Amino acid sequence: MGDDKVVLLDFWPSSYGMRVRIALAEKGIKYEAREENLVDKSALLQEMNPVHKMIPVLIHNGKPISESLVIVHYIDEVWNHKSPLLPSEPYQLSQARFWADYIDKKIYSIGKRVWMGTKWEDQEVAKKELVECLKTLEGELGDKLYFGGDKFGFLDLALIPFTTWFYTYETFGSFSIENECPKLMVWATRCMQKQSVSNSLPDPHKVYDFALQLKHNC
Amino acid sequence: MAEGNKVTLHGAWPSPYYHRVKMALKVKGIAYEYVEEDLMNKSPTLLKHNPVHKKIPVLVHNGKPICESLVILEYIDETWKDGPKLLPQDPYKRAQIRFWVNFLHEQVFEALYSIIKTDGETQEKALQGLHEKLQVLEEGLKKFFPDCSKPVVSENVGMLEIVVTSILGNYKAQQDVLGLKVIDSEKTPLVFSWVAALVDLPAVKETLPPYEQYVPFLNFMRQTFLKPPTA
Repeated sequence: MGDDKVVLLDFWPSSYGMRVRIALAEKGIKYEAREENLVDKSALLQEMNPVHKMIPVLIHNGKPISESLVIVHYIDEVWNHKSPLLPSEPYQLSQARFWADYIDKKIYSIGKRVWMGTKWEDQEVAKKELVECLKTLEGELGDKLYFGGDKFGFLDLALIPFTTWFYTYETFGSFSIENECPKLMVWATRCMQKQSVSNSLPDPHKVYDFALQLKHNC
Repeated sequence: MAEGNKVTLHGAWPSPYYHRVKMALKVKGIAYEYVEEDLMNKSPTLLKHNPVHKKIPVLVHNGKPICESLVILEYIDETWKDGPKLLPQDPYKRAQIRFWVNFLHEQVFEALYSIIKTDGETQEKALQGLHEKLQVLEEGLKKFFPDCSKPVVSENVGMLEIVVTSILGNYKAQQDVLGLKVIDSEKTPLVFSWVAALVDLPAVKETLPPYEQYVPFLNFMRQTFLKPPTA
């Protein structure tokens, strides 16, 4: 794998981009990180992901792969000699995919309604929904160290990036996720102790500043 | 994979999500018990197996439930390794198929559904939206799946073919009920010829509901959506 050229088109506050950063770090893959300006998308991004023109895009030896979880599957299948991310047993794998799909359906869009919401009633509804989702995920975690069991894996990778946005949700929504889902926060702290995770995630306060700027610009 | 293989599928006959799983099981030659769910009165078993979304399809394999059609398709491919593969072995090709399956599942389906639910100017806009998405698909097929212009064979029905026919396979019934072209053979000739060929394959034909059954259902669904809200 020594001659591989790997490029990641990314945007620092993107939870989806963070997933790929973590996967690459877990596998020890060297890559060139290119920060995209989503207001002024590069010609490379538009060429590599003409359908959605969105990050993250992984470019492996010139060939693009888009969609964060498709990329993570790809990384795990190509660099299969170390640190497996996906469970090998089909049923466990199906459960990991089910919950990753749940996270994709819910967290981003509900979270956005919490921090971008301008009407108090809408925000309250969104907050309630977000807490319900996080509690459901907390239930799925149970007493395990990680979602996959004893080791950090696919589902942990799928969810942990969104915790960098928790401070943003909490501040705009005036509530505490720690109070509502303490076990989930214990899990998040445990994940952050891994270098592959902490090196891949931005400071939640920086994320908040970014969100504040974005909200003011709207 | 022979001993104690009990497979049950909970579905609802008009659901395109259920059609995907039905087709996959047929392609793989897997025997199963089918349970038709009344979506207005869901069975306790369904609610037990899918407490999160409470939806069909649910595949139950030796007592263990798997939910979400695309998750089920990958599970089927990974568990029943004999026979036709739903996904190729090459990781890059797998990534391409997963990408386009997501595009179909999230964007094309949504656009098609909008046309069924609306009329007048809103419907016109929705139709334009669908055709735009199909044009994107057309370009994608040319670039990544050149084989789809070759004659289709049953052996090549994989995840992409299953998902596209679950969404667009009923295009004739949809066109007749809606009075407009769902797939425009002039704007998207490759998509049109590919889907038209796929719907003639036994695996697809025997899965999708017959025209005579689907048309009244679609009419009923449309009337329900277009009914003005009661005071």
